[in-house]
Amino acid sequence: MDLHFGDSKPTDDERAAVDALFGPPESSWEGADRCDADLRWARGGREARNRRDLLLPGLHAINDRIGWISEGALGYLCRRLTVPPAEAYGVATFYAMFSVEPRPATVLQVCTDLACAAAGAAGLCAGIASRLGSDSGVSVERSPCLGLCERAPAVLAVRAGDPVRTALSAPADVETAVLAASAPGSAPEERPAAGAVPQAGDASLILLRRIGVVDPSSLDDYRAHGGYTALRRAFALGPSEVIREVTDSGLLGRGGAAFPTGRKWRATASQPDGPHYLVCNADESEPGTFKDRVLMEGDPYALVEAMTVAAYAVGAHKGYLYVRGEYPRALRRMRHAVDCARARGLLGDDVLGQGYAFDIEIRRGAGAYICGEETALFNSIEGYRGEPRSKPPFPVEKGLFGRPTVENNVETLVNVLPILTMGAPAYAAIGTPGSTGPKLFCVSGTVERPGVYELPFGATLGELLTLAGLRENLRAVLLGGAAGGFVRPDELDVPLTFEGTREAGTTLGSGVVMAFDDTVPMPRLLVRIAEFFRDESCGQCVPCRVGTVRQEEALHRIVERTGTDAADDIALLREVGRAMRDASICGLGQTAWNAVESAIDRLGAYE
Amino acid sequence: MTAIPLGVPRRLVEFTIDGQEARVPEGSTILDACRAAGKDVPTLCEGDTLTPKNACRVCVVEVEGSRTLVPACSRRAEAGMEVRTGTERARHSRKIVLELLASSVDLSTTPMVAEWIKEYDAKPDRFGPDAARLNEEPKIDNELYVRDYDKCILCYKCVDACGDQWQNTFAISVSGRGFDARIAVEHDAPLTDSACVYCGNCIEVCPTGALSFKSEFDRRAAGEWDESAQTRTTTVCAYCGVGCNLTLHVQDNDIVKVTSPHDNPVTHGNLCIKGRFGYQHVQNRG
Ligand SMILES: Cc1cc2nc3c(=O)[nH]c(=O)nc-3n(C[C@H](O)[C@H](O)[C@H](O)COP(=O)(O)O)c2cc1C
Ligand code: SF4
Ligand code: SF4
Ligand code: SF4
Ligand code: FES
Ligand code: FES
Repeated sequence: MDLHFGDSKPTDDERAAVDALFGPPESSWEGADRCDADLRWARGGREARNRRDLLLPGLHAINDRIGWISEGALGYLCRRLTVPPAEAYGVATFYAMFSVEPRPATVLQVCTDLACAAAGAAGLCAGIASRLGSDSGVSVERSPCLGLCERAPAVLAVRAGDPVRTALSAPADVETAVLAASAPGSAPEERPAAGAVPQAGDASLILLRRIGVVDPSSLDDYRAHGGYTALRRAFALGPSEVIREVTDSGLLGRGGAAFPTGRKWRATASQPDGPHYLVCNADESEPGTFKDRVLMEGDPYALVEAMTVAAYAVGAHKGYLYVRGEYPRALRRMRHAVDCARARGLLGDDVLGQGYAFDIEIRRGAGAYICGEETALFNSIEGYRGEPRSKPPFPVEKGLFGRPTVENNVETLVNVLPILTMGAPAYAAIGTPGSTGPKLFCVSGTVERPGVYELPFGATLGELLTLAGLRENLRAVLLGGAAGGFVRPDELDVPLTFEGTREAGTTLGSGVVMAFDDTVPMPRLLVRIAEFFRDESCGQCVPCRVGTVRQEEALHRIVERTGTDAADDIALLREVGRAMRDASICGLGQTAWNAVESAIDRLGAYE
Repeated sequence: MTAIPLGVPRRLVEFTIDGQEARVPEGSTILDACRAAGKDVPTLCEGDTLTPKNACRVCVVEVEGSRTLVPACSRRAEAGMEVRTGTERARHSRKIVLELLASSVDLSTTPMVAEWIKEYDAKPDRFGPDAARLNEEPKIDNELYVRDYDKCILCYKCVDACGDQWQNTFAISVSGRGFDARIAVEHDAPLTDSACVYCGNCIEVCPTGALSFKSEFDRRAAGEWDESAQTRTTTVCAYCGVGCNLTLHVQDNDIVKVTSPHDNPVTHGNLCIKGRFGYQHVQNRG
């Protein structure tokens, strides 16, 4: 590999941002000034290239400090990591939170996605723009779902600097949004995580039991509330018995695909190739989903413990927690929890004095829904573009760094704790035979008490919505998020189980339940969904890259049309949608037409 | 890679294609088997010298038990598989892929596409006159080759050829994402400011003519490109001792471009700047 770095130089600030991450460069091969010794030795080869996975943290370091990534800064980072600049440029331009063009130090992300749109995001945007004027030094950007749907409309301000500052305002009005952008350091304290849990304090809760009860910063408090009993039991059982418990519990993955967790663990544990890795998918970018954020913010040690159990079961000594970039507080809490656990011997070379080594590395996403797809997430961690890989081979065989890997959703992992503490039979007795255990639902939209709800599988949609305070004139409910489907107000008896929703021709997905009353214009909502997929497509395969564009175009054309006027475009949508579902590489393209199709077929959106 | 002639004998995998028994060596793709069986499966992003990226999805076939269609170019044949190549479902996806591509980029110099569009009854115009297109201007920034990304289907072949599969120069990559994704060097600079070493191996693999010799580009622009009037002569490069094979494409007694045979076991169609572009001395007629 003969790298070419051009002649643009980093500024002192840019260099400092990178050096703060990697330490000062040791030789001119890494970007230091040339000295005599550099003429007589060469640095490079596999050892240097092995640091490629630090590319994303490096890009974050520059973007955090400066607000954007210049040629000089990118070149310097590439030197430090022996990464070809063209590839690093390809990676930097993949993520929405990075800019390779100069921009103001403060970026205000205004969510314009489904729940926020229903809560008046358009007006908010306009208000903010006119209040800030054109030379405010704030770049106002429209953002897909920020994962704060229970307090829509939401805005996130990020001010570059050392340190970078972030501030949230949700529910936002023009006043608080502008305040967050102009003084992120002195923005009012965020509402506690328990604010997103209307049932907080209910003794029957299992997964949300500690939220609002435990101090999320205190390991001792976590232990006082039952923390680390599951890990102790795991050590007592041994890895293969833990896998058996999880298998017997019937736990199905909560990330959307509902794959049996025990089976995935067993398959990974039995791979002869090593090392094995554990990846926790906390990318949570599905519009309408915010349960993983609430778990991480309200009960962070639970996730640390659950990851340790999972790693022990599958024989992994290293785990990656990939947190979406738009979750500053979840990131902070998880970092703190991981550091404390390590300091107390609950992570590291000898976990709980049991001779098992395990540690967690936290990685931050940078604004790409597709990185929630399991193989795209591997690429993202490895420092490549977050493009899904084609399967087979499956992650259990060749995952992160080409090694056997278990990837699980946050909620899935947190379920492992009650499985071990109450035992598989007791856990499996909750819910239905096909969908066991408790389930988190993210309820938002036009309801009185939006938030994360925990119910045993099997409650009906109507029961959940009643709990959340259904308002009058319900027009439609989106189940499963943008990749899910709409159901009608007369279908509220759908049981909220994997099999029940499947039978009803829809899906539970990641547990999104978004209600829309008749003030929400359906066709506009569908255009927004199409826009989301067009925007988030990685662009790798044709059916998705171009299909999502054609889908959005057709929906724009029929925004104001119905009946025969819309018939041609609906036929076109069906044909393109069918090919997207059949021929796209990954779940994004395969599901991008689901919600629209259901709106046409179940809601009669254009009749 | 089909170009490597010898290897350890491999076990045969038995399965069916369109109901007929097929037997291929272990590790073969469905596409290999289809070709051996004389089945016509269209391909765009597959390259005979590269690991398939399976990005275009024009080669999809139906495999019994699979929820989605399967790219024939990259999926390995497995014992007992039931593959169907010409079902309505597979043909539908191929047709839509052709329509999506042809409505967004210029496929006029992509071999075979016109025939496939006819065969699959694809109608790229049906997305209307306002359908988004790439609308890229050709990038002409050096005397050797032109990048006309209005013709690019993002097959990733040039990226793979420039990167870890052959050249190891990593001068180009994909930037942006979704419909805005483009092949680019860092910061979208001119090629002359990039790491490009002008081996032209990306041109060799580009299936659409998005990357082409300046000599070809200029002749096409002037309406003077006539493949039927060209002769091809394969000879040996005289520059160095490696001994690469060159195929000289000659029109009106001028070398108009140089390619290299892909079945050459040493070079697999790859050359260096001298072999690819250093032919002017041959036609220096004083
Ligand atoms: C486009 C796309 C986005 C996804 N986003 C997420 C996500 O944000 N979080 C998540 O846990 N799973 C997500 N998934 C599902 C993951 O690929 C994977 O199935 C899951 O993380 C496995 O964990 P589980 O078995 O615990 O559910 C996504 C899938 C696709 C296709
Ligand atoms: S379906 Fe879409 S997101 Fe998935 S690989 Fe294809 S282009 Fe990328
Ligand atoms: S330039 Fe050619 S080889 Fe490269 S991606 Fe585009 S079509 Fe493929
Ligand atoms: S193409 Fe390059 S490497 Fe090959 S023989 Fe000619 S000069 Fe040598
Ligand atoms: S935070 Fe705006 S839609 Fe989810
Ligand atoms: S040729 Fe198989 S996907 Fe492109």
